[in-house]
Amino acid sequence: MSQELVCITCPMGCRLTVDTLTDGSLEVSGNRCARGIKYANEELLAPKRMVSATARIAGAGHEALDAIARLPVRTTVAYPKEGVLELLAAIYALNVALPVKRGDVLIKDYKGSGVDVIAARTLS
Amino acid sequence: MKELNFDAVVIGGGAAGMAAAIELDTAGFSCAIVEREEGLGGILGQCIHNGFGLIEFNEELTGPEFAERMEERLTGSKIASFTGTTVMEMDARAEIKTLYCYTAKYGVLRLNARAIVLAMGCRERNRGNIRIPGDRPAGVYTAGLAQRLVNIEGLVPGKNAVIIGSGDIGLIMARRMSWVGCKVHAVVEILPYPSGLTRNIVQCLHDFGIPLYLSHLTTRIIGKDRVEGVEVTPIENGAMMHEKAFVIPCDTVLLSVGLVPENELSKTAGVELNPMTNGPVVDSMLMTNVPGVFACGNVLHVHDLVDYVAEEARRAGQNVARWLKGDKPSREARLKAGSNVRYLAPSRVDLDRDNKLYLRTLIVKNGAMLEVKVNNRVVKTQKKSHIQPSEMITVELGPKDLESAAGSPDPVVEVSIN
Repeated sequence: MSQELVCITCPMGCRLTVDTLTDGSLEVSGNRCARGIKYANEELLAPKRMVSATARIAGAGHEALDAIARLPVRTTVAYPKEGVLELLAAIYALNVALPVKRGDVLIKDYKGSGVDVIAARTLS
Repeated sequence: MKELNFDAVVIGGGAAGMAAAIELDTAGFSCAIVEREEGLGGILGQCIHNGFGLIEFNEELTGPEFAERMEERLTGSKIASFTGTTVMEMDARAEIKTLYCYTAKYGVLRLNARAIVLAMGCRERNRGNIRIPGDRPAGVYTAGLAQRLVNIEGLVPGKNAVIIGSGDIGLIMARRMSWVGCKVHAVVEILPYPSGLTRNIVQCLHDFGIPLYLSHLTTRIIGKDRVEGVEVTPIENGAMMHEKAFVIPCDTVLLSVGLVPENELSKTAGVELNPMTNGPVVDSMLMTNVPGVFACGNVLHVHDLVDYVAEEARRAGQNVARWLKGDKPSREARLKAGSNVRYLAPSRVDLDRDNKLYLRTLIVKNGAMLEVKVNNRVVKTQKKSHIQPSEMITVELGPKDLESAAGSPDPVVEVSIN
């Protein structure tokens, strides 16, 4: 089976053609450098994404437009792509009490993945 | 009316303003930042996605983190920050310049300074700028406004969206809207290639199965009270194919159709603008035609990375400090945008110092050659593996490269790409 992929490691945007060999390994062509092979393997075998979103702040309402109503948060490292929606649901279920400091861990080691969700700004 | 005096005042407290102010403070000059929002950080606060700071902090950060890290560099400095303060008028005719500001705290605030740094950033182009015909219903937002509503105010502007323009903010918002439960039906781009980064096309569109219509023009916005759909017309060989037009139903339209430096204030002070960038024309010190008024960051030209903004603003701050000490370039050469170069910033180079230039090309090409000519003689070439209009190109020119310009009365340095 052959798959088409655009490498996003650098701005060149190489168009990769990836064939799966009988032993399950991947054969990559169309890449101009070795990073294309690494990208194709990660993207096809275990794709991951950085997740950034916002969390609810305990007590924050919508009465004052212009006020900061949500706390920006992010994962410490990329999280497996297929589980992103589930992780987002967990982030949206948070109700963060202030004050909070940048880097504070809001979700520790989500589902044993080793990935934490941290606050991306300080709010008091 | 409260009145205060400084050596320099920086207008705008985003990445550019903060970086410039820190340099001025370090050089021992009294300095103030005037910021119209309630906090510093500028647009970074609403850019909650990652990808910032790889150059500046050697780490991949989100916008709010980048802003906070910059702000931490201000602690311990003598920089005065006036937040919630809007500059209404700039009088830059005399040696001591005056800014008339409004604030809830002081009413009218008058700030006097020998030097002014313009760091007001840019604005989004809107529906009026690109003249989309049709009805005028509710539900049409610029992508950046939608980003602010979602990320800061916690309000989702719609349930079914179409994004017009494939700039990076629009692509980032396609993912963000999808992640807050809004269905994004399409991104419509007039050009035959996307204007955003390939990385964003993959992670913000492909991941969500959002179709990208290239060479398609939005010919009508439809809706009585609220947006009901957009009519999209394919372009083939430069001609509009009206018989192939189709309607995409939606309740929200986001526009990601470019950014324009915010220079209303600059114009009132007589600052000359470059029609290619909509930013001020500046010399090798990043000084405008008005002596003592400098510009840096997105108000000068729209950058693609905040890291470049901070770098340029730092240079501006250092130059302002030099200028305040009475140091001026003794010999400059005019910069000229040659073939396939849309613009260069700044507009002049100092023949006796190291210069850093930012430029944008007009073409997409793999294996391009950048060429620098002094008075029509090639002095430097640089191979570029890949160039495209959305990626800024950096060129460094030092006294050695510019040697041959020395003797001539009006030397011209031309940069071209082939």
